[in-house]
Amino acid sequence: MDYESFEHDVLVIGAGGAGLRAAIEASTAGVSVGLVCKSLLGKAHTVMAEGGMAAALGNVDDRDDWTVHFADTMRGGQYLNNWRMAELHAQEATDRARELEAWGAVFDRTKDGRILQRNFGGHKYPRLAHVGDRTGLEMIRTLQDHGIHQGIDVHMECTVIELLKDGDRVVGAVGYDRERGRFRVFTARAVVLASGGIGRAFKVTSNSWEYTGDGHALAYRAGADLMDMEFVQFHPTGMVWPPSVRGILVTEGVRGEGGVLRNSEGKRFMFEDIPELYQSSTATNEEEGWRYTQGDKKARRPPELLTRDHVARCIVREIKEGRGSPHGGVFLDIAWIKKRLSNGEEHIKKKLPSMYHQFKQLAGIDITQEPMEVGPTTHYVMGGIRVDADSQMSTVAGLFAAGECAAGLHGANRLGGNSLSDLLVFGQRAGKYAAAYAKEQIATRADADQIEAVARRALKPFECGSQGGGDSEGPYQVQYDLQDMMQAQVGIVRREEEIQKAIDRFGELRARADQVGVQGNREYNSGWHTALDLPNLLMVAEAVAKSAIVRKESRGAHFREDFLEKDAEQAKVNTVIRCGADGEMQVTQEPLSPIRDDLKRIIEDNK
Amino acid sequence: MSSATFRIWRGNSEGGEFQDYTTEVSEGMVVLDAVHQIQAEQANDLAVRWNCKAGKCGSCSAEVNGSPKLMCMTRLSSLPLDRPVTIEPMQAFPSIRDLVTDVSWNYQIKQEIKPFAPRQPDAPDGTWRMKQYDVERVQEFRKCIECFLCQDVCHVLRDHRLHDEFIGPRFFVYSAALEMHPLDTEDRRTELANDHGVGYCNITKCCTKVCPEEITITDNAIIPLKERVVDKMYDPLTKLLRIFRS
Repeated sequence: MDYESFEHDVLVIGAGGAGLRAAIEASTAGVSVGLVCKSLLGKAHTVMAEGGMAAALGNVDDRDDWTVHFADTMRGGQYLNNWRMAELHAQEATDRARELEAWGAVFDRTKDGRILQRNFGGHKYPRLAHVGDRTGLEMIRTLQDHGIHQGIDVHMECTVIELLKDGDRVVGAVGYDRERGRFRVFTARAVVLASGGIGRAFKVTSNSWEYTGDGHALAYRAGADLMDMEFVQFHPTGMVWPPSVRGILVTEGVRGEGGVLRNSEGKRFMFEDIPELYQSSTATNEEEGWRYTQGDKKARRPPELLTRDHVARCIVREIKEGRGSPHGGVFLDIAWIKKRLSNGEEHIKKKLPSMYHQFKQLAGIDITQEPMEVGPTTHYVMGGIRVDADSQMSTVAGLFAAGECAAGLHGANRLGGNSLSDLLVFGQRAGKYAAAYAKEQIATRADADQIEAVARRALKPFECGSQGGGDSEGPYQVQYDLQDMMQAQVGIVRREEEIQKAIDRFGELRARADQVGVQGNREYNSGWHTALDLPNLLMVAEAVAKSAIVRKESRGAHFREDFLEKDAEQAKVNTVIRCGADGEMQVTQEPLSPIRDDLKRIIEDNK
Repeated sequence: MSSATFRIWRGNSEGGEFQDYTTEVSEGMVVLDAVHQIQAEQANDLAVRWNCKAGKCGSCSAEVNGSPKLMCMTRLSSLPLDRPVTIEPMQAFPSIRDLVTDVSWNYQIKQEIKPFAPRQPDAPDGTWRMKQYDVERVQEFRKCIECFLCQDVCHVLRDHRLHDEFIGPRFFVYSAALEMHPLDTEDRRTELANDHGVGYCNITKCCTKVCPEEITITDNAIIPLKERVVDKMYDPLTKLLRIFRS
């Protein structure tokens, strides 16, 4: 089998915020770094992040510090978070934000010239460093422009299909370049997975094409533990119309600037259902909510800025009970602020330029004049590869993970803004520890038999295609069927029987995926690429379903219609997934480690 | 439900031809939706680069009815559907396959431009102070999603193929974002004049026209760079002062 070989000390798989930051850190530590990405450099899903990066800089409200950020993150995660990760994240996010500025990032400014911070759901004080509504682009571009001068070898448009192991250790990876379809073998002394999320397993999603759960599947097949896979975040506000844009994100920042949610009766339905945990910190009337968004420190947040899981469920309730908008959503209205601000129209265009542009261009709606129709969309996965909080190493030696594909920081529900800071904090740690680990390892050779097996499996769709002729099933239909099934059976509102229906179908879907055929040759063959993504999608979907069925309670983003309350016993466990010796998926529930007393006190003080 | 015909270029660096595909079209569809449908139902191996489908990643650049566009932001309702819609790859870059082109030259060029070099911090805590009005212009430039449509349309690259002497509108925007960054201390004017070909731009402004982020490329980035280059290298008064000083 023909392939190109590359040797690096550290191999980073994924070039979004976490991957780039890890690669930069490893390179700074003096080891050789290879960075593999499925898309072109600088075009990872990170570009879509709009809201901002949460860091307790205290530039807008000096009452803020890391302890409050920590408490907010734990509360949002319903205390299922890895508290050590939450502690490190809150402490180190400020340094990472300032470092980004030192590398050329240009955030919006306060009046006295410091980094401006905005309000966001679940954060007590205005905490999100941002630039307009394109902070993700700013972050990835800054990292890219800094990273290209660090001597990192970038392998663009290259997809990894399997990790290589030597005994218990990960020692490299096999991939293919999308352009020519040639196989590439990477040997490395440490591997960092930074491959993002799993949104493409669902029909309505804000996630880009790349998000097929590759890192999760690679880690699982290499023997690593996955954790918290039942916690999939459905962002409350995605576009719903026209069909071609369904799922595309409408940033929480719209609500942060004063946008309100209304049902078909014109009522602000969020006021009717404020959870107990948040009652003391939420406004009780519209006036107070408005003042909060305009920076009044004595006001409390409007209910539209409660956590995403709660807002999403309220929206689903309104739609189900017949009070939704014409195309199956609810109304998000920012145009109304013109009644309060004399330059309202300009203000909206200035603070939310890409929202204005997106709605104008794709839906023909001017958000300064009329409300938007929005509804929940699959947005983020809190679960992922289980890692050690300090080093980001997984349960497999030599394999690290950071960013969305790693689990623990966000618990049962992620706060907006905490992902961009997550990428930098844990990307830096993964890079640092992967480099240190690599320095202590001897290089190994890749196992030719392992590589052969991987390559043979990868070429199977061409065999199926030529044997079956026009009769073999193509990969797209299998993908659509999986997406429809997950949307319906394992979506925002879950029930035992529905999830079981999904679990029962995985065998059939896997068999179909195994036999899909593609035509043509290996050069930029999108059908072939999709066929290769299918096993990963199926694996993560099954992990989500099997975790969702064992957690018999509702907590954070995981909502069980048949178990509406939180359960005290399950509050103390994480759901863990691993591959058994027989190749079958094993699901267990393992206890959280008890929280340190000083951190417990911080949480109590901030209640 | 009605249908429309799409004339899509299929081929690679050795050549190719247009093929017609007819598919159902519905309200609100964009060109990329049609391409996906055709890919799923009629041509599984149709090569197309895309990612976010929301105009933010700059991956799906192509030429639709002769105009450089992002396929995900081009609504079918803005095109005449009573005749075939032509979809071709970007013409300024070598072909890889079908609608996918080799844009690697852009990544090489970026590395040749001197990177950000900030001054010492303004405050004891290691941070800087910048006012909003000082960063507005730079923020406009940093909206760039690197779709390379401006590179594709510029005649200096597209027709005259001066890729060895001219970095193109995107990288003049990148250079301007650094030159005008309040904290940057580097001087890129000599390279802009001698190696990066800022003199080749003759202000036809096709780049500004096609930019999906509506960055005013020529007026806000390229012309000011030309002025700065002239200040350094062609202003007789400055030259005289330099002679006296040295």
